[in-house]
Amino acid sequence: MEENKPLDIDPLMMEFLLDHYKHPHNYGELEPAEMSYEDGNPSCGDQIKISLNTKNGIVDEIKFKGKGCIVSQSAASILTDMVKGKKIEDIKTISREEMLENLIIPIGPMRLKCALLALKVLKRAIWGKQFDGDDEDE
Amino acid sequence: MEQLQLSQSEIEKIREDFPILNRKINDKQLIYLDNAATTQKPLSVIESMSEFLKKSNANIHRAIHILSYEATLAYENAHKIVAKFIGAKSFREIVFVRNATEALNLIAHSFGERFLTSSDEVVLTIMEHHSNIVPWLILRDKIGIKVKFIKTKEDGTLDYDEAEKLITKRTKLLGVIQASNVLGTVNNILRLRDLAKSVNAKFLVDGAQSLPHIPINVSDLGCDFFVASAHKMVGPTGIGFLYAKRELLEEMPPFLTGGDMIREVTVDGATWNELPFKFEAGTPAFTEAVGFAEAIKYLQNIKIERILNYEKTLEKYILEKLKTMSFIEFYGHQKGEHLALFSFNIKGVHPHDAASFLNSFGIAVRSGNHCAQPLMNHLKIENALRASFYFYNTNNEAEKLFSTLEEANKFFNR
Repeated sequence: MEENKPLDIDPLMMEFLLDHYKHPHNYGELEPAEMSYEDGNPSCGDQIKISLNTKNGIVDEIKFKGKGCIVSQSAASILTDMVKGKKIEDIKTISREEMLENLIIPIGPMRLKCALLALKVLKRAIWGKQFDGDDEDE
Repeated sequence: MEQLQLSQSEIEKIREDFPILNRKINDKQLIYLDNAATTQKPLSVIESMSEFLKKSNANIHRAIHILSYEATLAYENAHKIVAKFIGAKSFREIVFVRNATEALNLIAHSFGERFLTSSDEVVLTIMEHHSNIVPWLILRDKIGIKVKFIKTKEDGTLDYDEAEKLITKRTKLLGVIQASNVLGTVNNILRLRDLAKSVNAKFLVDGAQSLPHIPINVSDLGCDFFVASAHKMVGPTGIGFLYAKRELLEEMPPFLTGGDMIREVTVDGATWNELPFKFEAGTPAFTEAVGFAEAIKYLQNIKIERILNYEKTLEKYILEKLKTMSFIEFYGHQKGEHLALFSFNIKGVHPHDAASFLNSFGIAVRSGNHCAQPLMNHLKIENALRASFYFYNTNNEAEKLFSTLEEANKFFNR
């Protein structure tokens, strides 16, 4: 058994996320929105809605709204920053690993679903269920 | 004279029986407070199963060789130990299943489909675990019975006045959880039994949370069904039991069918084996039955009454402390009897975040809806932390929980 591997999140490292949680970037909802999607994790009640508008194939405006734990909500804040001004096509290739790297702090296996909810919602807003990477759970 | 209370020195000795309690998490001593989900196992239970596997392992029933004889004896003996532990009249009233969930499914399926019709009603409480709700809702969709729920009052106790109104001559079964896995409330099952009996309804008690802590005698209680899981009472996973009155089991059709549950099979049909084996199709969890029997011996050795008394003291101690912690919102524990089981939240903090924080200090609690969404909805709680204590937990561990909750509050709510 790996006694020394953090099983979850080191609270001292949660600082970075706490900042995003308390002062989320791109919070709100676009109306009208060209694309939007809402989903949640039924087991923990995390909920995220992402809405976005594009201009010439580029993310022009993006907002998220939601409730839940620090990990899910700060991930949405960070992800919306990441993709603003990006080509829609480039979002397709954002991997789960890339999402986790951008959270800076290591996310333990128990919180992966929270960390990846925003990415799933964003991909579903754009392409439906095609590229959300949900199959990797199976 | 034997003390009715477990002393600190006894607890210290008891803790040595549980190897996992020595484990360090992130360099911190493990504090295990998730006992309502599953309990830890003493060495005697662990070793009883490995000894059985080393010496007597063989499939039970029907073989002539000595190993099978020993395994059969051990398996049947486990039924007898359970029967005695809960005051059943005979081991034939004890059906081994995988867990309390399977036992509840068995009742809904076998009793429900044979004895209930569309004009009948099943009354449950809003406190039920999903496992005593979903099988009845499926039965409702299949045969058209009505399922009604007794709600809780503001103080977290069942609304017995409402129960009296809901239970009518159309009620054919009253199913209640003896102790809530969310609020820790111990329901007044004598009062509920009387209500059920007054209309000739069958009375089902879900003892998954209560049997590990509270002395039960099903014959005195006069319930028709009682279910529990071994793993919540220092036994192994994969085994639990259904108690039912013999005359009911005789009448009920088999749930799962196949090997070992038949007397005779021809291409035209089959007749059923004697009780309880009529309900135990296929190779059962006989190794785990050995462990379950050992778990009961372990609890009996300490005495359930003493476990209950110790936990009552612990519950009062924790409750008094929680009341002084203004940043904590806790649920229930206002009126009546309770297990040392607490659902609560740090105000303004998602329970998953709080649980992560506690985990990094080696404290294991649960967070979520605790498989009781109807109750959570009724109480208007989305999610909560749950700390559930058992007899091997100490005041010191509770203290450590409190101080870590304070740290968590400072961290998240600054």
